[in-house]
Amino acid sequence: MTAANDWEVVIGLEVHVQLATRSKIFSGASTAFGAAPNSQACAIDLAMPGTLPVANEQAFRFAVMFGLAIDAEIAETSVFERKNYFYPDLPKGYQTTQLEKPIVGPGHVDIQLPDGGHKRVRIHHAHLEEDAGKSLHEGDWQVNGRPMTGIDLNRAGTPLIEIVSEPDMRSADEAVAFARKLHSIVTSLGICDGDMSQGSMRFDVNISVHRPDTPFGTRTETKNLNSFKFMEDAIALEVERQIDILEDGGRIIQETRLYNGETRRARSMRTKEEANDYRYFPCPDLLPVVIDSQTIEAIRDSLPELPDAREQRFVEQYGLSEYDAGILGDEADMARFFEEVAKLCGDPKLAANWIMGELAARLNSTDTAIGQSPVNAGQLAGLIARIMDHSISNNMAKQVFDAMWKGEGEPDDIIEKRGLKQVSDAGALEKIVDEVIAKNPAMVQDYLGTDESKRKKKLGGFMGQIMKASKGQANPQQVNEILVRKLNDLL
Amino acid sequence: MHNQTLAQLSAGLAAGDYSSVELTRHFLSRIEQLDPAYNSFITVTAEAALTSAIAADEQRARGEVHPLCGVPIAHKDIFCTDGVRTSCGSKMLDNFVPPYDATVVANFAAAGAVVLGKTNMDEFAMGSSNETSWYGPVKNPWNTGLVPGGSSGGSAAAVAARLVPAATATDTGGSIRQPAALCGITGLKPTYGRVSRWGMIAFASSLDQGGPLARSAEDAALMLNVMASFDPKDSTCVDREVPDYTAGLNDSIAGLRIGIPKEYFDPGLNSGTEGAVRDALAQFEAMGATLHDISLPHSALSVPAYYVIAPAEASANLSRFDGVRYGYRCADPVDLRDLYMRTRAEGFGDEVKRRILVGAYCLSAGYYDAYYKKAQQVRRLIKQDFVEAFKSVDLVMGPTCPNPAFAFGSKGDNPVAMYLEDIYTIATNLAGLPGMSVPCGTVDGLPVGLQMIGNYFDEARMLNVGHRFQQVTDWHNRTPEGINP
Repeated sequence: MTAANDWEVVIGLEVHVQLATRSKIFSGASTAFGAAPNSQACAIDLAMPGTLPVANEQAFRFAVMFGLAIDAEIAETSVFERKNYFYPDLPKGYQTTQLEKPIVGPGHVDIQLPDGGHKRVRIHHAHLEEDAGKSLHEGDWQVNGRPMTGIDLNRAGTPLIEIVSEPDMRSADEAVAFARKLHSIVTSLGICDGDMSQGSMRFDVNISVHRPDTPFGTRTETKNLNSFKFMEDAIALEVERQIDILEDGGRIIQETRLYNGETRRARSMRTKEEANDYRYFPCPDLLPVVIDSQTIEAIRDSLPELPDAREQRFVEQYGLSEYDAGILGDEADMARFFEEVAKLCGDPKLAANWIMGELAARLNSTDTAIGQSPVNAGQLAGLIARIMDHSISNNMAKQVFDAMWKGEGEPDDIIEKRGLKQVSDAGALEKIVDEVIAKNPAMVQDYLGTDESKRKKKLGGFMGQIMKASKGQANPQQVNEILVRKLNDLL
Repeated sequence: MHNQTLAQLSAGLAAGDYSSVELTRHFLSRIEQLDPAYNSFITVTAEAALTSAIAADEQRARGEVHPLCGVPIAHKDIFCTDGVRTSCGSKMLDNFVPPYDATVVANFAAAGAVVLGKTNMDEFAMGSSNETSWYGPVKNPWNTGLVPGGSSGGSAAAVAARLVPAATATDTGGSIRQPAALCGITGLKPTYGRVSRWGMIAFASSLDQGGPLARSAEDAALMLNVMASFDPKDSTCVDREVPDYTAGLNDSIAGLRIGIPKEYFDPGLNSGTEGAVRDALAQFEAMGATLHDISLPHSALSVPAYYVIAPAEASANLSRFDGVRYGYRCADPVDLRDLYMRTRAEGFGDEVKRRILVGAYCLSAGYYDAYYKKAQQVRRLIKQDFVEAFKSVDLVMGPTCPNPAFAFGSKGDNPVAMYLEDIYTIATNLAGLPGMSVPCGTVDGLPVGLQMIGNYFDEARMLNVGHRFQQVTDWHNRTPEGINP
């Protein structure tokens, strides 16, 4: 895809994924989110003198799982290095990361494009590293009248994998599709909780523009985007900025930029000239980590189902369209929800329709994750079951769903309480039909005088009155049968 | 009591000749009386020592105890001690009280040893003379106008002056062996990975190794029995059974093949030192060992390689001292940059700053390949020299250092001259091999050290050879004047 005036956009992503290990990458402290500041930072995380790191085996397992999921080569030997820079939320004065020998080598991720096509995005590598702590500038701490910054080291040492893509994306849509796909892979693997609001996935976007068939332009990096929406906006903004500069005859400066999602503006953080010299060197406190092929194969054998395979299975097992399977099978939580509803109600297609229709609309409009849905799978399946046994009509079902969303409880209770039950009692229905026929001789004459092939159209008037008389609770199919039978009897 | 060895004191406690409390009081009073002249202790923990002495006596009264139960020792102030200030010889950590014990410290506590205090050292273990300590230099008990060596000068001087029977120390480029040689005592740097580095404040992580300073090889063996352990908290610690290092002390050394590297007898070697070392070699020959001329061709490169690798690692290891979480913080910083700059400018001494600058330079973009990477290549060659040598010999022997103790300030203006004091000791750290220094003579009344370099994890053999040598010589029993015999 090309942008305005034949500019081609080139995008590469660096994605930080917090691994869902219980303890930190080099210490035994907890990684749980939201604890009181510095309550989950042990002597190692605080970089107390004489403390030493010990690598978390689970973090390696998770990294290997990711590598296998993207069909990458797993390094038999990977090496941690020290990346040196001073910052108060970096207690050791260096970040322990991987540079020359990362755990995950080149791989690839296939994405589905909005136009239905597919694209392969190459992964350059993925490496393990530790997260830094957080600097809190918002507090009103003061010393000698000067404002102070708080440091919370709970996050320091949280294991990350940084996934570095090749510059294979050509639009914001592709970049977002790639980011979503990564999100679905890491959550399906269970190696990341995927909670973007807590920073579990963060994106650095490298963007350049150029004319097709010319070398790539100078790129900028927009750092630390923590939602798909911000990413989309930030890319659009940066592409526009770069094209404006180039069309005015200017040139792009290689720099790191920060995007503010609230103001929807970006600013330069530092240029290449101001960049740190990180003085990387292998960390002497950690031996090279060797993973043998047996271990790798054992991990491969224990991999959970991945999104691509799951979507294929949904098509085959449930008869879903490829499009529906893509929506329902992409995310592990959504897939789990769908399969539970389908199993409980016994009709996968109805389950799919309700989830992608009513439920998805509510989730999207309230920005709610499927895992936090107020309507659980059991409740939705119960509702669908009442539609299937004709207890309620589709319209009634929407009312019941609305009530469930508001937390009013189980579908059967709501149907009961609101008196929504469809009237299927033949005796009661015949009585209503008889009354309506008796009250409307003109309509009856009209019906009887109409040519047989067109009589069906004349039923609407009767139906409306019957439904009104039954306060909407009559089973329409049944009413239809009775009505036709009784009218035909008059012929 | 203070002239007895650790082994004798252990036996004396077992026999009930004296209690741990008596021993502890005796050594504490010696420290109080004599240490002002040597400055070998930074912190004396008299009260805690007496408390643990009482506990040790009670434990002994109840029955089976560790041989070192109730025996006084001291820790180099580089080992973190729970609740006791651990300064690393630096203003930067003058106020630092760790909330945890180093594994080495915990091991001695578990054995029931009584810790008298924390010994002086070169700042962050950077120095060969103890002149870089923020707490002032340690004086050599053989002549208080001379340096005791470094960086474990406090531990070495305290043992030599009989202020403590034995002490822990660390060795990054010679910091156990060189002060042992200059103070006339026995010091062992074990194989890298033998002793846990947890809680031992890092200078150069790939070279640092804890070990004992003691009066004799036998005492060093008793100390190493406690110091050596596998520690899952140190990823570089080797999971290998710890033998009883005293078990083979008396084994015969007949047939021992000793390699004499020609590079260790270079023109820089003091002739008196060389004479003493050659005499010792002749003694070994008389005991049935055979001498073999060998070559360690890359020896000359060990000092330059070391002074790239050690500062490079140190430059990162010392970044944590930033005034943010613990330790020294400059007064009233105006902003972050000011906090960093003044904290580190005021908290570190000159030698530490010099090494941080050298290390950062060697790692910086454009210089990494020429310095750090090249130095690592040299390091592999040096290791290979030893691997080759140990195919035909059991031990390598030579001088521990080129000269006996030198005067304060004599190398102050010339860091390179100071660095060359470690010329014979550095290679073993680069190779990760064990090295040991035993007293083997005197020059102008000053002690001379004989260095043994062993194969990986061959500490037991080195202690055996050292012990047998000390059975037939008395250099290790010589005491400085003024240390009432």
